[in-house]
Amino acid sequence: MKLATIQMETLTCPSCMQKIEGALKALDGVDKDTVNVSFNSSKAKLDFDETKVTIDEIEAAIRKLGYEVIKTRVK
Amino acid sequence: MQRYVLKNKNNIALVGGVLIAIGFLSKWVMNSTFIYTWSLIIAAILGVVPIAIQAYQALRVKVVSIDVLVTVAVVGAFLIRNYEESAIVTFLFLFGGFLEQRTLNKTRSAIKELTEMAPESALKLTEDGEFVEVEVDEVDVGDILLVKTGAKVPVDGTVISGEGSVNEASITGESIPVAKEKGSRVFAGTIMDNGTIQIVAERVGEDTTFGRIIELVEEAQDSKSKAERFIDRFSKHYTPAVLVLSIVVWLFSRDIELAITILVLGCPGALVIGVPVSHVAGIGNGARHGVLLKGSEVISDFSRLDTMVFDKTGTLTVGNPSVVEKEYYGDNIDEALAYLASVEQESDHPLAKAVLEEIGEITLFPVENTEVIKGEGIIVSVNGHRVAVGNVALMEREDVEINEKAKSDIARFEENGNSLVLTSVDGELKVLMGVRDRIRPGIKEDLLKLKRLGVKNLVMLSGDNQGTVDAVSRELDLTEAHGNMLPQDKSAYIKRLIEKGQIVAFVGDGVNDSPSLALANIGIAMGGGTDVAIETSDVVLMNSDFSRLPHALGLAKAIARNMKQNIFIAVGVVLVLLASLLLSQWMNMSIGMLVHEGSILAVILNGMRLLRYKLK
Repeated sequence: MKLATIQMETLTCPSCMQKIEGALKALDGVDKDTVNVSFNSSKAKLDFDETKVTIDEIEAAIRKLGYEVIKTRVK
Repeated sequence: MQRYVLKNKNNIALVGGVLIAIGFLSKWVMNSTFIYTWSLIIAAILGVVPIAIQAYQALRVKVVSIDVLVTVAVVGAFLIRNYEESAIVTFLFLFGGFLEQRTLNKTRSAIKELTEMAPESALKLTEDGEFVEVEVDEVDVGDILLVKTGAKVPVDGTVISGEGSVNEASITGESIPVAKEKGSRVFAGTIMDNGTIQIVAERVGEDTTFGRIIELVEEAQDSKSKAERFIDRFSKHYTPAVLVLSIVVWLFSRDIELAITILVLGCPGALVIGVPVSHVAGIGNGARHGVLLKGSEVISDFSRLDTMVFDKTGTLTVGNPSVVEKEYYGDNIDEALAYLASVEQESDHPLAKAVLEEIGEITLFPVENTEVIKGEGIIVSVNGHRVAVGNVALMEREDVEINEKAKSDIARFEENGNSLVLTSVDGELKVLMGVRDRIRPGIKEDLLKLKRLGVKNLVMLSGDNQGTVDAVSRELDLTEAHGNMLPQDKSAYIKRLIEKGQIVAFVGDGVNDSPSLALANIGIAMGGGTDVAIETSDVVLMNSDFSRLPHALGLAKAIARNMKQNIFIAVGVVLVLLASLLLSQWMNMSIGMLVHEGSILAVILNGMRLLRYKLK
């Protein structure tokens, strides 16, 4: 399991959070309980299993919704 | 393609706006309904594309978002050939989104400024003895780093060579440069004002004081109170409910116009955004002023504070005793002071240290025939004179004459809570000193500000004897002061207050008062050690600076007020819109969208006022 912290462009509507959360939770290999999208800091934090899903796929899922990913950190 | 459209949302809004302007101009000026109709049709189609894409993306992850409502409404209006409304609604929605992003960025700017102070690179000593620039993530504990003038200190560490001054505003909020030399501690995120130093890394990355502060602020700005969590849950079901409602209305009334107007009016906006906006702007203001409020719940409790309980030593007082009052009697005072210093030099009594500090540098004499009288003082021969240093009892034992003036001085000193040090030379009283723990400078004004902010009770609890406690209490004009209290007595006292239904803050040193800090509704640790203070406090005062406490309290109150105003605006707007839909004729989709976007901007702008909050 790895922890990803993803910095996105400024989120302006709280429903963005629901969308991003939904998209991240739908990915196989992402631990659903750890997904946390914060509105004010415009960050997503989640634990994921790197054997099932790559960080690129996670970023792609967010980009596909129309949100820019600015910086990602994996620990 | 989708991403290209979304990236150019703002340009699309601009084009839409221009098209709408052209349309209306051609209608009024040239009387051309052809250009009018077609420019509006193009504006509507163009405008709905990015919204529809967002709606589609949301539906794919099973979320009925506000985009879905707007898309359905616009398409509906288009189908009944109301091009004017569909064009205006899409334009307002996109333009509103643009303004929201701009203004929201402002509210978050204070915190962003803070995170941007994070160091990015470091000059690290490599094996071949040269300093090479590396990313800050590549620095490990134990590495030797070079910090030059103008650069940021990359990690927490200790200076091993060189000297200079460092601006520590990012950690302490204080922008006066602090001198650093070999052995000094330096902190990540502070800026080398002048000079060059080499440091050894002790804590790196998120473990540094600065890293923790940032993490704390980021957590705080997104922490949610019970009320906010309720609003979130509510809004999750609210949007689908609006959709269902409008379908039901359409099925029964067959009035598409009414059904789509409901969709637009039902957009939740100001309500969900109002509280987080106050929050982030308020916490941002605090971060700029050296105050960290740890989250929503803390703000809410702190703003309704009834009683503030203080520890005495190290919180209200400086923490080490010093000479605060003194009187001299007779001649040859310099000589007497030199003897006094010579005697105290030999002693390890806590009062001796204070006396020596007060006298400063002076010629010392050898001390002979030392005789210690337990509980009274010390008698010695210095330079052929018999010198006694101690309390009043010792003076009586030595038959020292104490005149009327000295008597009244002694009484006054005692009343002020001093411990007395009297000095006699050859049976004649020369020096009277009053030693006590000094009250922190400026604290009286700070306490007064807290009172003005509505704190009902200021209480001091201390392990010291009641006499000393009373003296401090009188000087500071406290509501209550209790002495002879052990740590468990303090926590029991706080527990009683909370059981009485009061909201209590405890301000202590964070070391031996941890039970009280944990028990109080709001714990504020003042310990010089930033670590303990940051970990245990609900409200963190940078550098343990007491003078920031009134700002913290005033800010918490302002944030709480601001949130209430925003909720009031949001709920009020929804009620007015619904009422006018039912009772008046002039309500339509465009006005609904205008008011909706307007109310969102209103709450953001209101939240932004908190960035400028200052305690009057």
